[in-house]
Amino acid sequence: MAARVVDLTKVYGTGMAEVRALDGVTLDIGAGEFTAVMGPSGSGKSTLMHCCAALDTPTAGEVYLGDTEIGGLDDKRLTRLRRERIGFVFQSFNLIPTLTAEENILLPLSIAGRRPDREWYDTVIDTVSLRDRLRHRPNQLSGGQQQRVAVARALVSRPAIVFADEPTGNLDSRSGAEVLALLRRSVAEFGQTIVMVSHDPVAAGYTDRVVFLADGRLAGELREPTREAVLERMAAQEAGR
Amino acid sequence: MLRAAWKSLLGRKLRLFMSTFAIVLGVAFVGGTLIFTDTLNKSFVAIFDNSVGDVVVRPVGAGDADGTATTLTVPGEVVDELAKVPGAARADGNVATFSLFVIGSNNRVLGGQGAPGIGVNDNDAPAAHGIKGLQVVKGRDPRGKDEVALDAATVRRAKYHLGDTVRLVSAGRRALLQPKLVGIADYPDGGSLNGATVSMFDTATAQSLFLDGKDVFTNAWVTAKPGVSQQDLRDQVAKVLPKGFEALTGDKAADESASQLLKAISFITIFLLVFAGIALVVGSFLIVNTFSMLVAQRSRELALFRALGASRKQVTRSVLFEAFVVGLVGSSLGLGLGVLLAIGIRALFASFGLDLSGTGLVFGWRTPAAAYGVGLVVTMVAAYLPARRSSLIPPIAALRDDVAMPESSLHRRLLVGTLMMLVGVAAGAVGLFADVPKQGYWVGAGALLAMLGMAAASPATSRPFLVFAATAYRRVFGSIGVLAGQNSLRNPRRTAATASALMIGLTLVTTMSIAGTSAKASVDRTIERTFLGDIVISNAIGQGFSPEIAETASRQPGVESVTRLRYAEAKLKGDRKFLTGVDPATLPQVIRLQLTAGSLTGFTGNTVLVSKKVAADEGYKVGQELTFRFPKGPTKLRIVGIHDAEFANYLTTLDALSQGGYKPEDSSLLLKVDRGANTADVKAALEKATEKLPIITVKDQREYAAEQRAPIDRLVLMIYALLGLALVIAVLGVVNTLGLSVIERTREIGLLRAIGVDRRQMRRMVSLESVAIAVLGALMGIGMGLVFGVALMASLRDEGLEVTRIPWVNLVVYLLASVVIGLLAARLPARRAARLDVLEAIGAE
Repeated sequence: MAARVVDLTKVYGTGMAEVRALDGVTLDIGAGEFTAVMGPSGSGKSTLMHCCAALDTPTAGEVYLGDTEIGGLDDKRLTRLRRERIGFVFQSFNLIPTLTAEENILLPLSIAGRRPDREWYDTVIDTVSLRDRLRHRPNQLSGGQQQRVAVARALVSRPAIVFADEPTGNLDSRSGAEVLALLRRSVAEFGQTIVMVSHDPVAAGYTDRVVFLADGRLAGELREPTREAVLERMAAQEAGR
Repeated sequence: MLRAAWKSLLGRKLRLFMSTFAIVLGVAFVGGTLIFTDTLNKSFVAIFDNSVGDVVVRPVGAGDADGTATTLTVPGEVVDELAKVPGAARADGNVATFSLFVIGSNNRVLGGQGAPGIGVNDNDAPAAHGIKGLQVVKGRDPRGKDEVALDAATVRRAKYHLGDTVRLVSAGRRALLQPKLVGIADYPDGGSLNGATVSMFDTATAQSLFLDGKDVFTNAWVTAKPGVSQQDLRDQVAKVLPKGFEALTGDKAADESASQLLKAISFITIFLLVFAGIALVVGSFLIVNTFSMLVAQRSRELALFRALGASRKQVTRSVLFEAFVVGLVGSSLGLGLGVLLAIGIRALFASFGLDLSGTGLVFGWRTPAAAYGVGLVVTMVAAYLPARRSSLIPPIAALRDDVAMPESSLHRRLLVGTLMMLVGVAAGAVGLFADVPKQGYWVGAGALLAMLGMAAASPATSRPFLVFAATAYRRVFGSIGVLAGQNSLRNPRRTAATASALMIGLTLVTTMSIAGTSAKASVDRTIERTFLGDIVISNAIGQGFSPEIAETASRQPGVESVTRLRYAEAKLKGDRKFLTGVDPATLPQVIRLQLTAGSLTGFTGNTVLVSKKVAADEGYKVGQELTFRFPKGPTKLRIVGIHDAEFANYLTTLDALSQGGYKPEDSSLLLKVDRGANTADVKAALEKATEKLPIITVKDQREYAAEQRAPIDRLVLMIYALLGLALVIAVLGVVNTLGLSVIERTREIGLLRAIGVDRRQMRRMVSLESVAIAVLGALMGIGMGLVFGVALMASLRDEGLEVTRIPWVNLVVYLLASVVIGLLAARLPARRAARLDVLEAIGAE
C-alpha cells in the first residue's frame, strides 16, 4: 500500500459559503500502480490529490503515506516528506526558469543534500530521452520537453509516490501522448507508484485504475480502463446527476 | 483609464508606500531646511532690529573687521555733539564687547560654542523706531565696579539669583570678573537673544573694563525726534561728524549685521540642501525601479487596455498619473515630517547655544512650493522612463503567456553610462584642479554625473561580480546558492539599479572617510613637524581671551617662555584674509619655521612672512609690500620671508596688529617649559591657576593634537549621520525590489516549496540574493569613493592637507556592514516568501 485516505473530508469556507470539496472519501492507492483520479470540475479530485501530497491539510479524516499519518505533521516535517517521498508533475509552470534542465532535474536531490545515484540518473535521462537537452534552459525547450524534464525530476529522487496534476493539460496531443507513455513506462519498468488527476479519457487509458469522484464523494472505479469504458462511465455519471 | 490607474494604486499600497518613503525623506529635508532657515532669518532680523538706534555712529573701519574686535572708539565729546544735531532727541554712547562669557553656577560656560557673550553699558537708549532696548526690569540698575545686571534668559539658565556673585570671563584687561548680580534685564517690547548672554555694567565700569577706562564708546545711537525720519537724521548727523566716523541709518546697520551673520551661517542651509539632494537622487532610483517592476507586473493588463483601444499616450499617462499621486502623497508627508525636522534642527542648535525658542517656526510660501515642486518633479521624472516603456507593450501581449518587457540593450546602457562617467570625471577634475569659478558646482555636478553614469552602466559592468557571486554561492550553499545567484542575474537592470542606490551613499561615506582620515593625519603631521612648544593654552570655545592669562602663565615657575598667537581678519586687495600675529622674539622657540627665502632677522613691526603656497599663487617676493585694510586704515606690511609651514599664510607681528587697531585678545598661547622642569607638573600648576576660568584649557602637545582633530571627527560624524539617511532609503530600495521579486516569483516559490525546499532554505535564498545586491552596491560605492577621495585629497594638497591616507580598515568594515545590510533588508521579503501558502502560490497567476 503506497497511500491511503480514510474518511477524508475537506471543507472550504463557513456558513452559507461552505463548500464540501471532499466528503468522507476512503481510498487505497496500491504500490506500483498507475492510478487516475477523474471527475468533472469541482468534483474534489484536485483537493484529494493536494491532501494526499501534503500540500493541503484535511478538515477531518486521515491521510497515510506508507505508514506515516501526515495529519499531525508541522511544515518542516511536511516539507521533508515532500522532498523525500513525493514527486510532483504539475499542469504548467513546472520548472525553475533560471536553471538548466539538468539542474531542474537534480534540484530536489540537491535541496535535500543528497547525491544522485549516477546509474539511476542515467536510466531516468535515457527514459525521458533528454540527454541532448540537459544544458538548455526551460524557455529553450518545447512544452512537451519541459514536461518530460518535470517527470524526470519527479522520478530521480525515487519517491514513494508521484503526483501528477493534469500533466497533459497544456500540451498538444502528440506531446501529451509522449508524457503519458513515459509515466506508463516508469510504472511498468521501475515499479513507480503514480497518482494522476485528469479529466481526459485518453489519459485515463494509460492507467491501471481509474477512480471517479463526484461532488466530493467516490463514484466508483474501473480497473484496466480503456478510453471507451471511461467515456461510457463518464456519460453514465453525467446522466445520473 | 484614470479610474483604472487609481484602482491599481490602491491595490499596491505597501509597494508605493516604500517608494514614497524616499520622496518623503527628501522632501522633509528640503522643507525642514527651508523652515529652519526662514526661522533663523526672522529671529536674527528681530535681534538686529533691537540692536540698533535710529542712527548708528561708529568709527570708519569698525564695520570692515567684522570677525575681529578693534580698539576703534567714538570719544565722549563726539557723542555730546550728536545730541545737539537738529532732529535728534538724544544721543547715547554704547560700550559693547562680544567676548564676555558668563560662567553658570555649574562651572560651565553659558551658550557654549557659537552664541556670543555680550558685555554692554547699561543705558536706556531706545532702539530704532522707538522700540525699547534691553532694560533692567527686575532688581535695579548696576552701579559701580562690583555690580552687574544679566539678561533674564541667562539668569534662568545659569541658575543665578539676585544678590549672587556672578563669574564672568572677559577678554579685556582682567580675565576674571566677580560682580554681584543686582538686576535682571529684558526687552520690554518682546525680543530674544537667541542664546547669547548679555552682561550690563554702568557706563564708567564698562569703559574701564573694555575700553581702558577712557571716556570713549564703541558706537553711539542718535534717537530721532518724533516725525524725523532715519534718513533725514542720518544726513544731519553726517554734516557734523568729524573725519574718521560714519553714520548709518538703523535699518541699514541692522541689515548689514543680519546679512553678515546669515552669510556666516548659510553653510548650514547649503549643507542640509545637499543632503536633501542626495536623498532625492537615491530616492529616484527607488522610484524608477518600483515603477519598472509595477509596469512589468501589469504588462498584460496594460496590453489588454491597448487591445481594448487605449492609445499609447493613454497608457503612459495612466502610469504617470500614478506617479503624480505618489509624488503628491510623498510630498505632503514629507512636508509634515519637514516641520518635525525643523523642530529637531532647532533643538540641535539650541544644544550648541543657538536658542531660537523665542521665534515661532516660520512657514513661508516658498517652503510648500519647493517641497511639492521637488517631490512631484522627481517622482514624475523618475517614473517617465518606465511609463514610456509601458506604452511600447504591444496589444498582442495580452494574449501571450509570457510577456517580455521591451528593453533597450545593455550595450547601449554601457556606452551611455561610460560616456557619462567620463564627462563627470572630467567635470570633477576641472572643478578640483583647474582655476574656474564656482568650483563646488563643477565638482558636485561631476560627481553626480559620474555616479549616474556608473548606475547606468552597472547592469553590464556588474555582471562579472554577480557571476562570481553565483559561483561562490554554488560552492558554499549548493542548489539554494545556485537559485539565489541566478535570481540576482535574472534582471540585471533591477539588481544594478537597486545596488546603485546603495552605491551613492557608500561612495560619499568612503570619500568622507578618506578626507577625514587624511585631514587628521595632516593635522598630526603639521603639529609634529612645526610645533616645538610643550604646552598650549587656548580658549575652549575658540574666542579670544584676556592678555592677563599670558602674564599669569609666564609667572609660573618652570615656564621658560610664553608666545602669544592672535588672529585677525583684514582685507587685502578686496579679499578677506586671515592674519596670525606672533611675538618674533619667542617664535623660534615654539614653532619650527623653515624659510625658503628671506630671514627672520627683519621680522619686526609692520612686516609679514607669507607661506610658500601664497607666495607661489600670488607671485609674492621678499621685499614686496602688501597693503592690508586694518581697522585704523590701510597698512603696508613688508614681506621679509617666505616659510614652508602649512598654516599661517600671513604671519605678522603682534605690534603690527595692535597698531592696526585690533584689540589685544590672545587666541592661544604656546609655552616652552624650562629645561629640567617636568611638563606635567607645570601643566598641573597652570590648570590650577586658571581653574576659575573654565573656558581656558591647558594642553600638552598630544592633547593639543587631539583637540585639533576633534572638529574633523565631529564634522565627519555629522556627515555620516546624514548619509545614514541615504543608506536607509537605499536599504528600503533593496526591501522593495526583493518584495516585488518575491511577488513576481510566487509560482516559482510555490513549486520550490512543493518539491521540498523548506522555509529556512527559502529565507536563505532570498537573503543570499539580497546580500549579493548589497555587496555589489558596496563594492561600486567603495570603488568610486576611493577614486573621489584620492582625487579630492590630491586637489587639497595645495591647501596644506599634504597627507592622503586611505582608511582600509573602515572600508573593510563598510563591506562587511553591507552584508549585514543585505541580511536585514531581506528579512521581510524572505519571511514573506517562506510563509507563502504552497497551494495558493502554485495556483497564482
